[in-house]
Amino acid sequence: MGGWLFDPAHWSGPTGIPVRLLEHLGYTLMTLLIAAVIAIPLGAFVGHTGKGGFVVVGLSNALRALPTTAVLILVVLWAGLGDFPVYVALVLLAIPPIMAGTYAGIRAVDPVTVDAARGVGMRESGVLLKVEIPNALPLIYGGFRGAALQVVATATIAAYTGAGGLGRLVFDGLALQEFGQMLAGAVLVALLAVLVDLGFAGLQRLTVSPGLRPVGTGGKT
Amino acid sequence: MIEFRAVTKRFEDGTIAVDELDLTVEAGTITVFVGPSGCGKTTSLRMVNRMIDPTSGTILVDGKDVLTVDPPTLRRGIGYVIQQAGLFPHRTVLDNVATVPLLSGWDRRKARTRAAELLEIVGLDPAFGKRYPAQLSGGQQQRVGVARALAADPPVLLMDEPFSAVDPVVREGLQDELLRLQAELDKTIVFVTHDIDEALKLGERVAVFQTGGHLAQYAKPAELLSAPANDFVASFVGRDRGYRTLTFLHADVPVHPVDTAKLGQRVAVTDWTLVVDDQDRPKGWLSGVDGEIEVSDQDLIAGGSLYDGSTLRGALDAALSSPSALGVTVDDNGAVVGVVRADDVIKALAKARAAGEVPK
Amino acid sequence: MTWIFENWDRFWEVTGVHLRLSVVPVLIGFVLSIPLGWLASRSATARAILFPLANILFTIPSIALIVITPVLIGVKILDEINVIVPLTIYTIALMVRSVADALSAVPGHVTAAANAMGFRPLRRFLTVDFPLALPVTIAGLRVATVSNISMVSVGALVGLGGYGQLFTEGYQTDNTAKVFAGLIGTVVLAVLADGLLLLLGRVLTPWARAGR
Repeated sequence: MGGWLFDPAHWSGPTGIPVRLLEHLGYTLMTLLIAAVIAIPLGAFVGHTGKGGFVVVGLSNALRALPTTAVLILVVLWAGLGDFPVYVALVLLAIPPIMAGTYAGIRAVDPVTVDAARGVGMRESGVLLKVEIPNALPLIYGGFRGAALQVVATATIAAYTGAGGLGRLVFDGLALQEFGQMLAGAVLVALLAVLVDLGFAGLQRLTVSPGLRPVGTGGKT
Repeated sequence: MIEFRAVTKRFEDGTIAVDELDLTVEAGTITVFVGPSGCGKTTSLRMVNRMIDPTSGTILVDGKDVLTVDPPTLRRGIGYVIQQAGLFPHRTVLDNVATVPLLSGWDRRKARTRAAELLEIVGLDPAFGKRYPAQLSGGQQQRVGVARALAADPPVLLMDEPFSAVDPVVREGLQDELLRLQAELDKTIVFVTHDIDEALKLGERVAVFQTGGHLAQYAKPAELLSAPANDFVASFVGRDRGYRTLTFLHADVPVHPVDTAKLGQRVAVTDWTLVVDDQDRPKGWLSGVDGEIEVSDQDLIAGGSLYDGSTLRGALDAALSSPSALGVTVDDNGAVVGVVRADDVIKALAKARAAGEVPK
Repeated sequence: MTWIFENWDRFWEVTGVHLRLSVVPVLIGFVLSIPLGWLASRSATARAILFPLANILFTIPSIALIVITPVLIGVKILDEINVIVPLTIYTIALMVRSVADALSAVPGHVTAAANAMGFRPLRRFLTVDFPLALPVTIAGLRVATVSNISMVSVGALVGLGGYGQLFTEGYQTDNTAKVFAGLIGTVVLAVLADGLLLLLGRVLTPWARAGR
């Protein structure tokens, strides 16, 4: 069953597995970058001011209900084939969890901590950048990693409209009734998702203050 | 010096938190705002560093109207300690303490050196500097909170129920520490609490707030106890305020000799005898027994509180809590010097009253 | 929108299929995730196995699971079961966590009081723990339902029914209105289901909003 995956012939050339993997990773990282640039400032602003929270929640829920396949097809019909429709569909998919995570993270910062930040004389920008965002990072990463998993998995359907990525293996396999190739696609996507998540878990460890990790000793109860 | 002039705060929902407050906090004193919840004490405090702005009236800090100063700048010059400390969980203890110096533009090295000094001043091992707040106990966090407020050496310190989230034993330690610190630093401290005992212990002046944002009385602690301005103050300072008044009297009480015995000694005990250890520190009492016995731990009856020669309250409590009705008096080393009697305390009180030492 | 009214019968038909394909997996998945979630809330070992497993299952792309399922269980590629099984798996993957979190969040003093009054474990679970866990559980159920309704469309990429058929047919015939009709159908269905669950949650847990 794993024959297709381990056939050396499938590991080289312009349609080989490494190329598909890189395309898939490229879609994923670019999507996450664009979505983060849009969603984190929005979520942070709404979380900080406390105004428009229902807009964030409502928008997140509405976007969540949006079928990615339909968005992809609609943009292809309007703008033609290529990577652009893929990014539109995937960014719309990634925004809700990142925005909701950022918003929830900022709201979850202990009001006492925020009060203290103002009390020691921080300006609003300082309160947001030096206190609220660093303390919200665990939840921001939570939303971000959730988005990453969804994007890796969903980037597969980009191949339906002829784009690249590991979805090619699934759709080509489907067209040729080649089960081994479909399976290889599925396994590689799942593997890539795990690797991407591990990568972000490492980044999280490096960038989140150790003071925010759960500790067994001391602290308030 | 902090002056409140006709300060009123009305919130958006119409509730009046502070009503026409006129009050002057003297420089270099601890002034306590005390009262039940909803009395406006915290709102009054938070108007000093503009965490809240008044609806009308003026607040002056060292003669300067706070409303004319940009809030962040104002706050960097005023120390602020809050309940549960409000430490930044993502920063180490040292960086927490260095916050205000860094905001005020000190270089990192100087700020950290200063922060390390402050940890020692508030009684924390500098090794704590590398820890994160979640790794400290509540009492330790509160010490860090005080250190953070003192870091830029502000003349004014605002403390909003700083000790109410820690257990009573730790709280007492922190209160003693604050008094010790204040003796060294001589800051102008405004301290908010709902605990009248804490107010009477810490305050040189105490402002009692009444529900609705009225200042009911502003006086020295002894005066609050002996001459409450109205029924509200009387009930707020408590039922046993006559007894508490004794806290503020330092009259002489005659110290009588007492029979003592050491553990292991063979003695004939006819009357109450105080058993002491090798350094003459009290261990417990023996009541009268027939004949001669060898004194052992099992025979001891636990003693009451000890009188250190300071206030009348301590003397009376020592006498009342002792099984022999004799209050054990000790010196600075804890060694027994004699005993006091309750009736002597009452006599001393009468003498003090006659001499006009009891506030009216 | 006009496409919907001009092709009402067709639209109604795919709506029915879409609803069936999304609701059945939610129901099966929900029922199965209750004992699993309970297990995860009670045993650290169960948690250590179930949570990572749920995460991995979630990373398998739906299209891949849909095309692999028929080979694994030996049915034809055009059988509805090929959508129902993957979506049930996703629902369980999502709900195990929700149910476990919800049960763990039931205050210890409440369960202690229930034990002290002599509740037996099953009765305590049914009448104390589970009802108190409902608000969080229903929040999870809402997410699972909405994501299922959105995901059913993927089945159309291999020829299965639901609104997804409107997407693929619209794509092949360059008919934007048809794709749009499917999109609107999906979103409306999702919003309705979400609202219904929200309402259900309020009716079932009146205490959750008391005292606010």
